[in-house]
Amino acid sequence: MAMNSDVVGRALARHRADPTRLLQILREVQEELDWIAPETARDIADGLGVPITRVQSVVQFYSFLYDKPRGRYRVLFSDNITDRMLGNAALFEHMLKRLKLRRGQTSWDGAASVDLTSCTGMCDQGPAILVNNFAVTRLTRKRVDEICELIRIGAPLGEWPAEFFHVDDNIRRRETLLTPLEPGAALDAAIARGRQGMMDEMKRSNLRGRGGAGFPTGTKFEGARNAPGATRYIVCNADEGEPGTFKDRVLLNSFSTRVLEGMAIAGYVVGATKGFIYLRGEYRHLQEQLQRDIDSMRASGRLGASIRGAPGFDFDIEIHMGAGGYVCGEGTAQVESLEGKPGRPRVRPPSMVSVGYLGKPTVVDNVETLAHCTEIAIEGGASFARRGTKTSTGTKLVSVSGDCERPGIYEYQFGVTIGRILQDCGAGPVTAVQIGGASGVLITPEEFSRRIAFEDVSTAGAFMVFGPDRDIFEVARNFAHFFAHESCGFCTPCRVGTAIQRNIMDKIAEGRGSNYEVNDLKRLAEFMKRTSHCGLGETAGNAVRDALNKFRPAFERRLRARDFAPAISLEAALEPARRITARDDAEAHLDVEG
Amino acid sequence: MDNEFTIDEQPVPFKPGQTILEAAKAAGIYIPHLCFQADFKRHGGCKMCTVLVNGRTQTACTHKAAVGQEVDVNTPELDAMRRSLVQMLFVEGNHFCPGCEKSGACQLQALGYEYEMMSPHFVELYPSRGVDASHPDVLIDFNRCILCELCVRASRDVDGKEVFAVAGRGLDAHLIINSPTGKLVDSAFAVTDRAAEVCPVGAILKKGVGFATAIGDRPYDRESISAEAESCEIPEVR
Ligand SMILES: Cc1cc2nc3c(=O)[nH]c(=O)nc-3n(C[C@H](O)[C@H](O)[C@H](O)COP(=O)(O)O)c2cc1C
Ligand code: SF4
Ligand code: SF4
Ligand code: FES
Repeated sequence: MAMNSDVVGRALARHRADPTRLLQILREVQEELDWIAPETARDIADGLGVPITRVQSVVQFYSFLYDKPRGRYRVLFSDNITDRMLGNAALFEHMLKRLKLRRGQTSWDGAASVDLTSCTGMCDQGPAILVNNFAVTRLTRKRVDEICELIRIGAPLGEWPAEFFHVDDNIRRRETLLTPLEPGAALDAAIARGRQGMMDEMKRSNLRGRGGAGFPTGTKFEGARNAPGATRYIVCNADEGEPGTFKDRVLLNSFSTRVLEGMAIAGYVVGATKGFIYLRGEYRHLQEQLQRDIDSMRASGRLGASIRGAPGFDFDIEIHMGAGGYVCGEGTAQVESLEGKPGRPRVRPPSMVSVGYLGKPTVVDNVETLAHCTEIAIEGGASFARRGTKTSTGTKLVSVSGDCERPGIYEYQFGVTIGRILQDCGAGPVTAVQIGGASGVLITPEEFSRRIAFEDVSTAGAFMVFGPDRDIFEVARNFAHFFAHESCGFCTPCRVGTAIQRNIMDKIAEGRGSNYEVNDLKRLAEFMKRTSHCGLGETAGNAVRDALNKFRPAFERRLRARDFAPAISLEAALEPARRITARDDAEAHLDVEG
Repeated sequence: MDNEFTIDEQPVPFKPGQTILEAAKAAGIYIPHLCFQADFKRHGGCKMCTVLVNGRTQTACTHKAAVGQEVDVNTPELDAMRRSLVQMLFVEGNHFCPGCEKSGACQLQALGYEYEMMSPHFVELYPSRGVDASHPDVLIDFNRCILCELCVRASRDVDGKEVFAVAGRGLDAHLIINSPTGKLVDSAFAVTDRAAEVCPVGAILKKGVGFATAIGDRPYDRESISAEAESCEIPEVR
């Protein structure tokens, strides 16, 4: 297979046979060969001079890399709850039937494979799929039929109708961030303030991370700047894997000037000369366009050496593509992934600001956080801090999806009430809102006067609306599946706990559950929160716990124990055992009535 | 004394840079662990060594001791978490102790006794995993692997061979072997490797020495696993 080794050879050459580029090499090779065959893996390992196991562990970690033959058309249905609500299940079945396939199977002629994947960030225009990592939105039965026909005749993806791949921004409300920025203006403003001056403005702005944790960005910049060493890195976290979140997609699509200049400003303040954009594999459609934006920025002296003529202001940006893996949004896992390894979170401390990418001080910040730096450069920190609340300054992008008339992106000052957002997006009667994605919180109508802010309802921006007909149990079950699918497997409580949680939810869904399982779910959520290694496991039980606390009837309806009164009382049957062991404590009793 | 913190309200000295687990071991205090062994790089994945540090859960094998820290090790709540962890590891693999050569010398089993695990509690996952008996001197039964990565670290960092790695995500995570066939016999592995010694469970077993020590006479048959702290050593079967 000379051709295959040519493909490998070219990819290796493009990446200078650098093992830290392994993930990028694998992605590019697979785009041409459709999968990573054992001999391909061996060629790559040999070419990089690494053990074959390193290649295998990377291939097997990322959802979009395959070590088994997959179709020339690899179709993945986004399976977030919002896609479900828009009817993706029927469309999925329809496509499988038309292509005469089972889920995950490759057709006999190697043409196609169809499977499910986690949220692809198109919740405002679903149901969505990925075809060879390119997003197709607004799926209908008709569109499925058209796609099946294109697959049947073997039409190259480039010849498919462009409207299939059309992705709307759906910007519904703007404040300061979602406004155009004159190229170079923010850079000039930052340069005029000087490195220390800009750092002071960052701190004065009280900007906090928009990726979820809300860490003060200025403090992070300062930590990285003060860390010993000559080389530093800025990483723009564009993994956006949290189900229901899609604001970074819009920023990268239409406000890349803000994002890229924000990165350069971060580099200026921190003393970093290199930046990475970690772009999730699901946003493959943005890659070339973003690369063009970077290239034109470089051509106009806004990247490269002595940016805008400022001596010593050297900074450049490179895109790294992800390959399917929610956990790679976690900062330390992202850096592992950037180094070409499986995205498993590191042990902390040391923190990333001192020991990050390749062991060097590294700032990992969310797309939106970095974009805000352009505002701070231009208007100054004090002015920025006048928006929002005292402890949550500035504006926040909210990704609204689900049961409402106007799904899309809404920019608000921090402190906006949930009720206001619901009103603006044209939601009718609402049962609940899931804020912050699968790892977030479930909010019921009594709480709609609560505010979006770090001090109240803190969120990276996902806002999924559930109307009166929605079954909150199914929402929680969808999220339970998500976490089991996305657990990296590093630590016991999350690796095993998320699987057990998923299995219990499935058992209850099948009508075979009892209060025993319900109690186990509660304990599991608390257990995972307390013992997991990273935020994924820590939050993996939240959705189920909230659903249980706030929508208990949705569970009880399904419990066997409610429909069937057991012939014997287990609680009573335990009485002799309690007598023999002289126990009467709470543990010696069952948590069931009768 | 300056470098001192407390474990269950008892003062414990430490050397700068020591983890809580190392300092505890040196002081003869037992903190349970599975993926930790003194000679290898920190890992922090099994979570057996979870303790409270000033009220927050931390892994003692990775968290550095610091002056004035208040560490809780023995609380009913932590013990319950440890029991759940052991139960999870049991249901995740296929562990049939009575038929396992490691019985009595297995740290997972010993921790099951230590934390009074009376049942697996969770529904068994019964994964479909294989056995690699290809190597003349050593057998690997993947059914019992708990993914502690001690063999990975030993082979990479001590033997300099990188024979083992973990691949796959979530519950699919599994041990793989660096050889053209994926079989141990075709790898650089040798029975004299450090990696042949470190498995805390019955996943990596030497051939030909089975039952040299009778069941009943094995380390954890005689003493509970928590007794190891006094000797500061992990008992080995010979
Ligand atoms: C499982 C997991 C997934 C995450 N995904 C993302 C993500 O997709 N994008 C992001 O910006 N932050 C994500 N984070 C948060 C990052 O770890 C980190 O806090 C953030 O990127 C820091 O940037 P910020 O300070 O600008 O928010 C994730 C965290 C966890 C635990
Ligand atoms: S909590 Fe989950 S995702 Fe995070 S390290 Fe543990 S297994 Fe991996
Ligand atoms: S084989 Fe043994 S030492 Fe290696 S990871 Fe599995 S349990 Fe740990
Ligand atoms: S011994 Fe600390 S996490 Fe395994």
